[in-house]
Amino acid sequence: MNVKGLIAGMAAGMTALFAVAAGATAQDRIGQPIDKGYWLQEAASEQAQKISDFNELLFWIILVITIFVFILMFYTMFRFREKANPVPSKVSHNTFIEIVWTVVPIIILVVIGVISLPLLYWQDQVPETDMAIKVTGGQWNWTYSYPDHGDFEMTANVIDDATHADATKLAAAEAELSAFLGWPAKLNARLLDTDYRLVLPVNTKIKVQLTASDVIHAWTVPAFGVKLDAVPGRLNETWFEANQTGIFYGQCSELCGKDHAFMPIAVEIVSKEKFARWVALQGGTIAAASAPTLGR
Amino acid sequence: MAHANPTGWKRWLFSTNHKDIGVMYIWFAFIAGMVGFGMSGLIRMELMEPGIQVIPSVFNMTDDQARHMFNVLTTGHGLIMVFFMVMPALIGGFGNYFVPLMIGAPDMAFPRMNNISFWMMPPAFILLLLSTFVEGPSGMDGFGGGWTAYAPLSVSGHPGPSMDLAIFSLHVAGASSIMGAINYITTIFNMRAPGMTIHKMPLFAWSILITAFLLVLSLPVLAGAITMLLTDRNFGTTFFDPAGGGDPILFQHLFWFFGHPEVYIMILPAFGIVSHIISTFSKKPIFGYLGMAYAMTAIGFIGFVVWAHHMYTVGLDVDTKAYFTAATMVIAVPTGVKIFSWIATMWGGSLRFTVPMMYAIAFILLFTVGGVTGVVLANPGADVAMHDTYYVVAHFHYVLSLGAVFGIFAGLYYWIGKMTGKEYPNALAKLQFWITFVGVNMIFFPQHFLGLQGMPRRIVDYPDQFAYWNWVSSWGYLVTLVGVVLFIIVMGITLSRKKTLGNNQWGEGANTLEWTLSSPPPFHQFNELPRIK
Repeated sequence: MNVKGLIAGMAAGMTALFAVAAGATAQDRIGQPIDKGYWLQEAASEQAQKISDFNELLFWIILVITIFVFILMFYTMFRFREKANPVPSKVSHNTFIEIVWTVVPIIILVVIGVISLPLLYWQDQVPETDMAIKVTGGQWNWTYSYPDHGDFEMTANVIDDATHADATKLAAAEAELSAFLGWPAKLNARLLDTDYRLVLPVNTKIKVQLTASDVIHAWTVPAFGVKLDAVPGRLNETWFEANQTGIFYGQCSELCGKDHAFMPIAVEIVSKEKFARWVALQGGTIAAASAPTLGR
Repeated sequence: MAHANPTGWKRWLFSTNHKDIGVMYIWFAFIAGMVGFGMSGLIRMELMEPGIQVIPSVFNMTDDQARHMFNVLTTGHGLIMVFFMVMPALIGGFGNYFVPLMIGAPDMAFPRMNNISFWMMPPAFILLLLSTFVEGPSGMDGFGGGWTAYAPLSVSGHPGPSMDLAIFSLHVAGASSIMGAINYITTIFNMRAPGMTIHKMPLFAWSILITAFLLVLSLPVLAGAITMLLTDRNFGTTFFDPAGGGDPILFQHLFWFFGHPEVYIMILPAFGIVSHIISTFSKKPIFGYLGMAYAMTAIGFIGFVVWAHHMYTVGLDVDTKAYFTAATMVIAVPTGVKIFSWIATMWGGSLRFTVPMMYAIAFILLFTVGGVTGVVLANPGADVAMHDTYYVVAHFHYVLSLGAVFGIFAGLYYWIGKMTGKEYPNALAKLQFWITFVGVNMIFFPQHFLGLQGMPRRIVDYPDQFAYWNWVSSWGYLVTLVGVVLFIIVMGITLSRKKTLGNNQWGEGANTLEWTLSSPPPFHQFNELPRIK
């Protein structure tokens, strides 16, 4: 096979390998991984967008470095092969080049640091939030409570394969979830769907307070750019502001025992009005004091 | 007779000979490596398709038990590969065999301690294997809390005796490593041949010296941490239990204070081996020798002050995270110096692409890939997305499985002729390299994609969207399996051949002291110490 053919073949192979169903990237799959996906999930919050932008920048930097090293190596391998260069040189020092390859990486790292550290500080400070939720990880489910809305709570368990396999059971689970939500719901994301969902309003700064009741868990929603450990005996805090409605999924991200793979996170982001109706359905209250936050 | 040549089982069980002990370490690492590799096979086969199907049928257990069994397998794979494969092969094996040869010493400083260092490893390994057969969480066997053994999952999460056996196993393996490290430090400081100053010492000896210091300084911290786990579990202390005023995060700090130097413990000896191979097959002295030696020293030193980058999501203070970000990124500088110095060594050389050289070049390229993803992970801003996902798995397998393990393969092909006097079958070994190279990249490269998409580590079953890359990755394992089988065949053929090799198999370029001796070297070498100009 000639070189051209080889390259064409490799290109075809790569295209086949990455043949992402283009339609799958559409809106209906937001909030969860996509089939054959090879990049970050689509961002649905400012944090996630910033993470995505930063990651993209890092990607180009590391790609250039990697390609540089590979090309340098392959060129060296070709140019100085035994046949082409039978007599080796005896050079083993060159102060100038040694300084260059120390200083240039330092400059690159400083550039990365200058972008990275402000992002870190921005992510870490919890701003004036509009409402808070409390999340408690347990083996193997998540308990959500709404301290600002009458402190009602619910525990979300995974929809297991047995339910998915049985149409009657699935219909019952969907009916129960729909009744809980107050609007129709479908369960079709295997190992991501839960029996109850965390319902939150869109365009609202939400403070998340995290703890755990037994072992360490981690609460993650990739589309919101949020990941934080739920540690027994500690109250960790983070925040996010979802900028679109929809259902967003995540999975427990700290090994927590047998069913670590089976405690997903499902968040349904709805309009503020819908959220208010849902809170009322739960018997919760939208306190007068917090009402302006909903209207902003 | 003080210098008898013992034979039969006495030669091995009572061995005080660094070469015999080194060979035993290599065999031990090989056996443990096969167990660890088999475990990763079960993991990959289970993950080949969504659902839980392989483990229940292999072990004849229920779906529920299989979920725990999967965690036991990932835990066992990690612990075995770290403590019973990479460390014994690189440090105990090549370190024992070649450090005295390279520095012109007749043996290690403490030959009997060397013996006990080795003979503590099999019991440690047996303890770890036993732990998978006794109760962990109630009603299930084995410890499934990950090699990191985070409390409280390793305390209240596993009430059975399984975790206690795993703790003892690490205690014994740790004591063995500490004794080994003391032995190396003493040997290298005191037994260099006349004229071999520390700045003339071969880089592999440098790498083992630095590794030994890392071991001596970090392993006691691990020993302390797991002893605290032990007392939390059995004697009512609450070091890591918030109910008694303890803190689960304290365990993570202690663990990673050991755990981060540990990753350099695994990679530094591979750096040393690769340096010799690159130099030998370029027929050039290593470029920037002092820079290389002190780059390793710097990596070892900085390696102690970056541990909390494993803990960006536990809720650390933002200033703490900022410090660990900066410190972690600094490591990229000496690592870059090493990569570029290796290429500069090749530059202007007369390159021979033997099998060890191919492995060494692959090491440099793949370590670069693993290194740059490490720079991404060093930034908490990006790490939020990748923490505890397959991106991390891909990253550390690129530096360990494709880094340290390629270093072991490179070292084995480079030195097997020296150790046995026998030549490996060249064409078959090249085939073995290419198959392994393709296989491991096929396993681990797609895992970057899975991680970016958000697939968490250590899960037995995954949402269907992750199926494609997992399927590719599992097929990569099967390709690698062919490579490993071929490796066994290559080594089998090598060992069954006749001793044909002279002192120096590689000719010009191979100028460290081991190449001045016969292949295999005499049972006791350097009765008259060599003099270094």
